[in-house]
Amino acid sequence: MSTFWILAPVMVLAALGILFVRKAVHAALLLAVVMIGLAILYLSLNAPFLAAVQVAVYMGAILMLFLFVLMLVGVDASDSVVETIKGQRFMAILAGLLLGIVLVVGLAQISLGPVVGLDVANANGNIPALADLLFSKYVFAFEVTSALLITAAVGAMVLAHRERLEPKATQADLAAQRMQDYAASGKHPGPLPTPGVFARHNAVDTPALLPDGTASESSVSRVLAARGTVRSAPAMADDVAAIERQLGQAPHAGRDASAPATTEEEAPAT
Amino acid sequence: MTPYVILSAILFTIGSVGVLTRRNAIVVFMCVELMLNASNLALVAFSKQSGDLDGQVLAFFVMVVAAAEVVVGLAIIMTIFRTRRSASVDDASLLKY
Repeated sequence: MSTFWILAPVMVLAALGILFVRKAVHAALLLAVVMIGLAILYLSLNAPFLAAVQVAVYMGAILMLFLFVLMLVGVDASDSVVETIKGQRFMAILAGLLLGIVLVVGLAQISLGPVVGLDVANANGNIPALADLLFSKYVFAFEVTSALLITAAVGAMVLAHRERLEPKATQADLAAQRMQDYAASGKHPGPLPTPGVFARHNAVDTPALLPDGTASESSVSRVLAARGTVRSAPAMADDVAAIERQLGQAPHAGRDASAPATTEEEAPAT
Repeated sequence: MTPYVILSAILFTIGSVGVLTRRNAIVVFMCVELMLNASNLALVAFSKQSGDLDGQVLAFFVMVVAAAEVVVGLAIIMTIFRTRRSASVDDASLLKY
């Protein structure tokens, strides 16, 4: 029972987190926490086969599918807070609270009697016992499941398939299109400028500086710009000030005192 | 077994509130999965309570159906996203009027 009392608060907190986090990826990770907790609870309930299936099917297949679709749809797609139906959120929370209170109070009042336990049923092992049931009493449901699975697989393929309506653009087409764009709107036909390469930063989030000192917007990925992680030109200027502060007066003073001639030589290089 | 069933009821309630309040279709789907998982927990707990494995077999079938449902559901979400560029359940309202 101690397993339960440790896991239950974690699972309830993670499930509540799914309601409140803004980003769908975080909700998927919290759902993973709940599912791991459930797998461990299945083990404590003498259901080792279901625990393995829970990890393999839910964690391995279903959550991976969720994460794949999240990456296709866009990780940044977060919920809007705008209510389309007035008072819907309040009513939903009220109805949920009512449902929860009715369920919990109702379940707390019934007494389930002594626990029979699965020691007799699992005498030859959990998996042989489950297989006996699955291939005798539930064999028809098992066969229908195969029909369901193949229908789902075909359905998903039909839904995901997209017919190509026009031929794929070749490199010659793309080059001609680029020159047409240049003639029509003056769009630069060549490749975009590379990100800035500086002494302290040469990552892709560092924009190249134009001759007048402003940052070139086309030198960094639009995705980075949308996330707001691009370093701005003033920030890089601050870096220069910070470096000068770090170097402090001491090196300058030492250099000035010992060899003023070398600083004169270095000045044009820097 | 009562604590297990009550935990299952709490998880089911959280899942249903999530289905009603969240806007993102994928998160709504995750909450449906949470409700299915909660019902599985109740089935496994009752299986131990009554001492036969029928509950575990039923939970196994629920997992199979959940896997099939997720595959088709996510394919539908992808199709809607492709045409409408949005995964919000409020935007898919063409059949409303």
